[in-house]
Amino acid sequence: MEFWIIFLNVKQQCKIHLGLGENTFEMFNKGYEIKSLILGNFFAFQVHTVTLIPGDGIGPEISTAVMKIFEAAKVPIQWEERNVTAIKGPGGKWMIPPEAKESMDRSKIGLKGPLKTPIAAGHPSMNLLLRKTFDLYANVRPCVSIEGYKTPYTDVDLVTIRENTEGEYSGIEHVIVDGVVQSIKLITEQASRRIAEYAFEYARNNQRSSVTAVHKANIMRMSDGLFLRKCREVAENYKDVKFTEMYLDTVCLNMVQDPTQFDVLVMPNLYGDILSDLCAGLIGGLGVTPSGNIGANGVAIFESVHGTAPDIAGKDLANPTALLLSAVMMLRHMGLHADAKKIETACYDTIRDKKVLTKDLGGNSKCSEFTTEICRRVQDMD
Amino acid sequence: MKIKNYSLCEVPIQWEERNVTAIKGPGGKWMIPPEAKESMDRSKIGLKGPLKTPIAAGHPSMNLLLRKTFDLYANVRPCVSIEGYKTPYTDVDLVTIRENTEGEYSGIEHVIVDGVVQSIKLITEQASRRIAEYAFEYARNNQRSSVTAVHKANIMRMSDGLFLRKCREVAENYKDVKFTEMYLDTVCLNMVQDPTQFDVLVMPNLYGDILSDLCAGLIGGLGVTPSGNIGANGVAIFESVHGTAPDIAGKDLANPTALLLSAVMMLRHMGLHADAKKIETACYDTIRDKKVLTKDLGGNSKCSEFTTEICRRVQDMD
Repeated sequence: MEFWIIFLNVKQQCKIHLGLGENTFEMFNKGYEIKSLILGNFFAFQVHTVTLIPGDGIGPEISTAVMKIFEAAKVPIQWEERNVTAIKGPGGKWMIPPEAKESMDRSKIGLKGPLKTPIAAGHPSMNLLLRKTFDLYANVRPCVSIEGYKTPYTDVDLVTIRENTEGEYSGIEHVIVDGVVQSIKLITEQASRRIAEYAFEYARNNQRSSVTAVHKANIMRMSDGLFLRKCREVAENYKDVKFTEMYLDTVCLNMVQDPTQFDVLVMPNLYGDILSDLCAGLIGGLGVTPSGNIGANGVAIFESVHGTAPDIAGKDLANPTALLLSAVMMLRHMGLHADAKKIETACYDTIRDKKVLTKDLGGNSKCSEFTTEICRRVQDMD
Repeated sequence: MKIKNYSLCEVPIQWEERNVTAIKGPGGKWMIPPEAKESMDRSKIGLKGPLKTPIAAGHPSMNLLLRKTFDLYANVRPCVSIEGYKTPYTDVDLVTIRENTEGEYSGIEHVIVDGVVQSIKLITEQASRRIAEYAFEYARNNQRSSVTAVHKANIMRMSDGLFLRKCREVAENYKDVKFTEMYLDTVCLNMVQDPTQFDVLVMPNLYGDILSDLCAGLIGGLGVTPSGNIGANGVAIFESVHGTAPDIAGKDLANPTALLLSAVMMLRHMGLHADAKKIETACYDTIRDKKVLTKDLGGNSKCSEFTTEICRRVQDMD
């Protein structure tokens, strides 16, 4: 078999036509960076660059676990490790390091481990900085029950889509008079339409049957009313997806009694904060829940949302499941569905089998042993 | 039905029935009928069933009107797992105490420019202190071991920060009750994994709206959850929080449990603990036994049959 390696520098969305002897084929680049093509027997392999932010605490070891599993699965991804610790830019403004920004702007895709919350560090939360730098407007959390990891619920399969730029988290507060404080919640037409469009596109692309807008427009008539109106307008363009509306308190009441009635849920910032954590709890907590942040300009950062767990950092005890499932979400976002399925199945099978589990999952295996087991299963699938 | 229950049990209560449909008072302002207000001001204690929500009736929600008329500042919902009524949880035993006058429900909203709307959330020192004091008093009077303030002061530093500070200050006067603080999202994350870690929870309006319904869901829903509203000047109104169920109204199919447990809560509030215990036990035993259950509880008995069964048990206890 002959192999050809062609070096390219493709950064935009485009079609690539290649002629090889009598054969021509084409592929469609979605805008990711392609550095090289390896062609063999008319199969072309794109190698995608992904910016990896290992993070703090257990971050580095779970990132290593993910890289090992991806290597075992022969996923065509090239990792570019970057650090995002805030630095002061010209003018004294806090920003993420230029190397990190440059890498993300180029690759468009990031995978991130947990970052420590700065206390009295002077700079804002890194998560907040990343959100603002890349306009990460949609926080997406698929919550699926994991067989083998017992919770009071067995059939959860829903997705929370949270508007992540405005709403109650505007940060605008004032003391009106002594002892009276006001907090401002901002809802805009633009942000509401954007998140609604993302939710319906997501539903369509992932074969989900319905989108439910979660709100309190009976109480917050103008703000949640505006949000709801935009969802209704966007729904008109997605007749193939069922659209419903439900009060947030009713969602919570029903969610804990029967979560199977829910599919895709879209909502403003605070409600998303609450519901996404509620739903993570239904499937077992932040240690097993994936998360993705979608930004403007095609940027997307996938991340585990648990903490840095400093007490077990460096001891080979961490559970890489959340970061791994986030990486699987990332693969699907990039269109690499076969690789995503393979790794996800290996992970789920390992947990279902219960022979090699990290401590938080009820076992006593090391992180490296859990990782090796998943790698083994992945390789057996080939 | 309820009246039958109580008179058979010989609870020393005399009922005064009143209607609260809004009327327009002098000056065109909507108000509850004067006879209802006079009765409440005198008795101080109310027991209320579900009210229909007016659509295009011109007047505001009756619940809102009652809340404003009597300054019902604390909404209290004890959520206890009911043996015999299966849910994914078996050991829930907590109380949500919601500040019910301000916060996100101020109703103050503006269009800033076309396509940009703002909603104002108001938190005051006075209301925060008042609800915190109620929560700690409740904990002490009901032998509860801890009070947890639920907030998002990491994000809403000033407003939730003020609420939290008041809770901390009040906690200083109740050293016999353990005080903790937790972010709302963390509470939800933990609540669905292990609700037994929670005892009394106190929080501002919106969070209380969400959490009280979440917790009602844990024990089986609004059909079995009691609720009480505490006002200034000693007024308290206990109520079932489910809907009016027009589809089964008048057909002897309803489940009176939520209203009955609210009435039990009322008895405790009035200090009639023995009566409260008796009726509560009869109700729980009936449900546990599973022989006479209304349809929503999984049986096929009528409301009157369910009621008679509870009455029988109550009388057997004497």
